[in-house]
Amino acid sequence: MSNKVGEQTIIFKNKPKIIGNFSVVGEKEGHGPFKDYFHHILEDDLFGESSFEHAERKMLEYAISSSIEKAKLNINKIDLIVGGDLLNQIISTSFTARHFDRPFLGIYGACSTMAESLAVGATFVDGEYFKNVVCATGTHFSTAERQYRFPLELGNQRPPTSQWTVTGAGSSVLSLNSNGHSITYATLGKVTDYGINDVNNMGAAMAPSAMSTLISHFQDTKTTPDDYDLIVTGDLGKLGSEILMDLMEHNGYKLGKNYNDCGQMIFNNNQKTFQGGSGCGCSASVLNSYILKKMDEGVFKKVLFAATGALLSTLSTQQGDTIPGICHAVVIERDERVGRK
Amino acid sequence: MKKEKHISRNEQYNIYVESKIPKTKSFPTLIWAFLVGGLICMIGQGISDGLMALFPNMGQEEASAWVSVILIFIASLLTGLGWYDRIGVFAGAGSIVPITGFSNSITSPAVEFKKEGIIFGLCVKMFTVAGPVIVCGLVISFLTGLIYLIF
Repeated sequence: MSNKVGEQTIIFKNKPKIIGNFSVVGEKEGHGPFKDYFHHILEDDLFGESSFEHAERKMLEYAISSSIEKAKLNINKIDLIVGGDLLNQIISTSFTARHFDRPFLGIYGACSTMAESLAVGATFVDGEYFKNVVCATGTHFSTAERQYRFPLELGNQRPPTSQWTVTGAGSSVLSLNSNGHSITYATLGKVTDYGINDVNNMGAAMAPSAMSTLISHFQDTKTTPDDYDLIVTGDLGKLGSEILMDLMEHNGYKLGKNYNDCGQMIFNNNQKTFQGGSGCGCSASVLNSYILKKMDEGVFKKVLFAATGALLSTLSTQQGDTIPGICHAVVIERDERVGRK
Repeated sequence: MKKEKHISRNEQYNIYVESKIPKTKSFPTLIWAFLVGGLICMIGQGISDGLMALFPNMGQEEASAWVSVILIFIASLLTGLGWYDRIGVFAGAGSIVPITGFSNSITSPAVEFKKEGIIFGLCVKMFTVAGPVIVCGLVISFLTGLIYLIF
C-alpha cells in the first residue's frame, strides 16, 4: 500500500497534528495587519544582541522553545528538529539547534523552508519514526539585506518590483498525540526556471514554481481550488500573485477569493514595501499566527499552504544565471476539537 | 527541437512579466533628484563662497578642495547616524551622484561590516560598493592621460 498519490503528492494517513506553534516578528511586521495575531513582537530588531545574525538565532530559539512550551512538552520529549534559513550554510538554524541538544536535520529550500520542513517533519511523524518533531524557520531583514543586497545605510532606491525581507520566525511542533490541526497531504515541488534573471523581481521568478506545484497538487489529489477555504502562497508578493493567478487561469484553474499570499498580507500598503514581504520568516510567521489562529476559530477548515522559494545565490546572479524557483505545498485540515473553549 | 521550444516559453514569459511590471514614476523622481542634488551643490557653493570670504588669501582651487572635504565629512556623518539612506529613498540620483553619494557608498559598508572585525570586516568590505567606481575612474583617467600624451 503506497502512501503516494499521483506524481508528486504523499498522503499522511495517521494525520500528524500541529500541537504547538509560535511566531516572533520584528517591529515593522508588528505594525502590519497581523499585529494582534503574532505571539511576540520585538521592540528592537537587535533583540538585545550584538549583531543581526545573533538576533536571528535568538528569534529562532525563542520561537522553537515557545512552541514546545505551547505543545505542553519539554525539550527532552522532542525527537527531531527540522529547519533552515537563508544565511549561508544555514547558520542561524544549525547554530540555534546546538542549544537544544536534540537531533537536527538542516534543510534549505530558500523561502519555501516552512512548507518543506512541515512536509519532512510530517513524514517522520506519520511513519512513526519520531513522536514529536519541531519544524522551524526564520529570517531577518538586516541579515538578508547584507548577504544578498547592499549595506543598510547605503542611500540607494529600491525598484518598484522589490519585496521586503520579513524579520520573523515561526515554529510548529508535530505529533500524533494530543489535539491540533492535522497535516494530511504534502506535494513536493520541482525546481522550475522560466528564465527570469532580475533579482529584484522574485515574485515573477517564483510564480511558475507555485503554478507547477499547485497544478500537480490539484491533479494528484483530484481536488479543485474551490475545495479549499484558503490557498496561500509563501512570498510571491502582489505582482507575483497576480502573475500566478494569470498562469493558473491559463491552465484552466481559477484562483478566486480564497487565494492569497503571505507576502502580500503581512504588510499594510503604507509600509512602503512595494510588492510586500518575502523570506522564510514571512510564510512561517503568517502560518504560525494568523492562519492557525483562524483555523482555531473555524474560519478556515482546509488550507493549502504553498511556500515558495527562489533558489539563487549572489554568485549565480553575478555569473548571469537565471533564477530557479521551488514551491512545496502542505494541506492543513482543521481539528474540530480545537478552539471550542 | 525541444530546446528551441524551451527558450521560446521563457522568452514569452519574460515578455509577459515585463508588461506587468509597475514602472517607476519618472516625473516625481526627476523633480526630487533635481531638488536634492541642486541643494547639495548649493551647499557646496555656499561653503566655497563662505571660505573665500572668511580667508581672503584662499584661492578657488584650495576652497574647492575644502568643499569636497566638508561635504564628504557631512555625508559620512549622516550615514553613520542612519539618515543618509532616508534621503536616498526619495532623492535617488540626486543624493547618489554628488560627492556625498560617493562618501555614503564607502561609509555604509564600513559601518555595516564593522562587526566582522576592523581588518577583515571594515577594511576589506569598505570598497565593495565604491570599488568599481574607483577602478573605472583610475583606468579611464590613465587612458585619457595616455591619449593626451600622444596627441
